Amino acid sequence: MKIDIKTENGTAVAGLSGEIDHHSARDLRARLDKFIITARPKELVIDLKNITFMDSSGIGLIMGRSKLLKECGGRLEVRNTQPYIKRVLKLAGMDRIVRIT
Amino acid sequence: MEIINEIKFTMPSLSVNEGTARAVVSSFLIQADPTVEELSDIRTAVSEAVTNAVVHAYRGTKGNIDLTVRLLPHREIYIKIKDKGCGIQDIEKAMEPLFTTAPEEERSGLGFSVMQSFMDRLTVRSTPGRGTTVTMRKRLTSHED
Repeated sequence: MKIDIKTENGTAVAGLSGEIDHHSARDLRARLDKFIITARPKELVIDLKNITFMDSSGIGLIMGRSKLLKECGGRLEVRNTQPYIKRVLKLAGMDRIVRIT
Repeated sequence: MEIINEIKFTMPSLSVNEGTARAVVSSFLIQADPTVEELSDIRTAVSEAVTNAVVHAYRGTKGNIDLTVRLLPHREIYIKIKDKGCGIQDIEKAMEPLFTTAPEEERSGLGFSVMQSFMDRLTVRSTPGRGTTVTMRKRLTSHED
């Protein structure tokens, strides 16, 4: 699983590549949390453009990062969600918690 | 049950095999020429069922997960995922959306909801202490639909 984090106009963008499932989520969680706690971004965008699969493990990953960011004074946005990933996110009501584009 | 084609596959309950199960199912389904959405629905449902076996059935232990995929007449796909783990005490409760016994691992409690939403039929049979069998069916659209 690859994470590419860069800053665009003051917003941190974490581009994820590969498949998000229970197996990969643990490592993703640790790496994203390390960045959030260290950099304390005001806004973090998780870019799913290069994600080829995501199941409900991705919901836990996004919910958990949203919560941590809130505690650190920031907010989360999820970008470039493919239609089937949007279906998984909507099933969890994530569209009411996090900005999804 | 008339079976056109079938694959049976047994794997240890390692989390890396969540992806292995998806790959096996995807390869088998190529012959049925599903749409991108249908393939994605089935892969997601399989991933949820195998993850449940890894995370819940064999929590703290290791065991085998049996996966059966069948192509049935009228483009129907049958999938069975069986474990011999701890079993589910209360299936109705386990199937409630957002119910999870592993919140510390950020499990969302949506595994069964995803399986129900993405497949046409879902059946869960479980005996505490003996294991769980999840069967799912989905009819693929015909190319004339």
